[in-house]
Amino acid sequence: MITIRNLTKSFACSTLTCDSNRVLDNLDLVVPDGQATVIIGRSGCGKSVLLKHIMGILKPDSGEILIDGHDITKLKASELNQERKRFGMLFQGAALFDSLTVGENVGFSLREHSNLSEGEIEEIVREKLELVGLGDVEDLRPAELSGGMKKRVALARAIAMDPEIVLYDEPTTGVDPITADIINSLILSLQERLKVTSLIVTHDMQSAYKIADRIAMLYKGRIIEIGSGEEIRNTANPIVRQFISGASQGPITEN
Amino acid sequence: MLQILGRRTVSALTYLGEISILFAQTLSLALRPPWRGKNLLSEMVNVGLLSLPVVIITGAFTGMVLALQSYYVLHKMTLETVIGGLVNLSLAKELGPVLTALMLAGRVGAAITAQVGTMKVTEQIDALQSLAVNPVKYLVVPRFLACLILLPILTIYTVFIGMLGGYIASVKMMGINATFYLSIALERVAPHDILNGLIKALFFGMIIGIIACHKGLTARGGAEGVGRATTGSVVTSCILILIANFFITIALEIVNL
Ligand SMILES: Nc1ncnc2c1ncn2[C@@H]1O[C@H](COP(=O)(O)OP(=O)(O)O)[C@@H](O)[C@H]1O
Ligand SMILES: [Mg+2]
Repeated sequence: MITIRNLTKSFACSTLTCDSNRVLDNLDLVVPDGQATVIIGRSGCGKSVLLKHIMGILKPDSGEILIDGHDITKLKASELNQERKRFGMLFQGAALFDSLTVGENVGFSLREHSNLSEGEIEEIVREKLELVGLGDVEDLRPAELSGGMKKRVALARAIAMDPEIVLYDEPTTGVDPITADIINSLILSLQERLKVTSLIVTHDMQSAYKIADRIAMLYKGRIIEIGSGEEIRNTANPIVRQFISGASQGPITEN
Repeated sequence: MLQILGRRTVSALTYLGEISILFAQTLSLALRPPWRGKNLLSEMVNVGLLSLPVVIITGAFTGMVLALQSYYVLHKMTLETVIGGLVNLSLAKELGPVLTALMLAGRVGAAITAQVGTMKVTEQIDALQSLAVNPVKYLVVPRFLACLILLPILTIYTVFIGMLGGYIASVKMMGINATFYLSIALERVAPHDILNGLIKALFFGMIIGIIACHKGLTARGGAEGVGRATTGSVVTSCILILIANFFITIALEIVNL
């Protein structure tokens, strides 16, 4: 279980006129084990920043992030790396290593952290690529792949070590509807077969309703509403209503 | 005004602090296993091969020009016999290491910053971290070591080719007696002069490696940000090399090397 308490993060401004830009403001969130929690929110509201805090890539100004009871924001670098092996993360732009081949990308953490033989690693790489619906791409370079393929390779890399918790940053943004549906089904099947805990950031409501056990809306640095897909669909909160209906007029755009 | 000055000072100090921390991390990680021999080797090939043509041209033309200028001045005083010593000594102690370092800051330093910076803005550095790999260990250590090891080696190339250029300009172009030139040229340059230049090269290599990696790791704002970081990397390295050269020269004089 991931418990986030009072998480606050500001970034320094590049201009001299403003002092800081508070992205997360006393945010509280609980992500239960074995469920898919979806976070929705507008572009630039801090969804990626939130995920990077959970991976320990960014450090909060204050607040804590408890993973099964211990606070990862206080860990030393080596302990943090130990903790990270339980996680897999799919980045928004795929973030494949462009100096390595697809096969080397997917097998990266296995080569770094396991004592498996080269043959065993290649076997796992092939299996993970198959799982995301790709075959025979091991020797290609990331630059030779389409956007949707990159996302799928990145997903294969994220789950190469069979993580307990998978974080997805906009898994279906910028891919065609069919690939989007493949990715949605993949998230669901990982969820069901491996009982992983998933945290998915998206602003694709169709995908959110399809995969979510619970949906949380991030707005102005906080979670303003959380509930099942049904509850979110029927919410009375005008901010959430404007977001899910995609209206240009409403409380979000008024100020 | 004061406020701006204050912020500038703070940011300069912050920068110095960040560089020192990265330097300390790099050294301590370089000494600890696992060692990535393969990464280091591929970086050395990168740095070495990228630089050879640059180093050859720099050395040859600097050596020749140095000889010609010395000839024009010394010829009037009929002192052209000392040209060999002058050329070789300047090359070994100053021009060899400094010019090699400046050229490499532009060639290798820029390449490192562009590559690491691109990885930063495309979240590849974050991805390394998410895969429980330390980016300093994986990216910075091999690049830093490659610069550190190769700068002295490339400096030797520059100095040697420069000496050859000086010889050609003096003997073949200006008609100075070859035996005469060589006797002075070789007598004037002692092993410790060469060592002096190599110690400088070692420091310059560290400067190029650390500054280039730091600029890359802190790049922000897409392709434009990577461009800015790359320019910054070359400018900062060059300035630091020139300043460091002054202080290392004094330090070496004091310890009498
Ligand atoms: N490393 C950083 N330094 C400064 N500002 C940042 C950094 N990362 C993100 N931000 C800012 O934080 C805000 C939220 O960004 P992000 O989490 O990427 O949004 P999104 O919800 O679209 O994923 C943006 O305004 C962005 O400019
Ligand atoms: Mg984002």
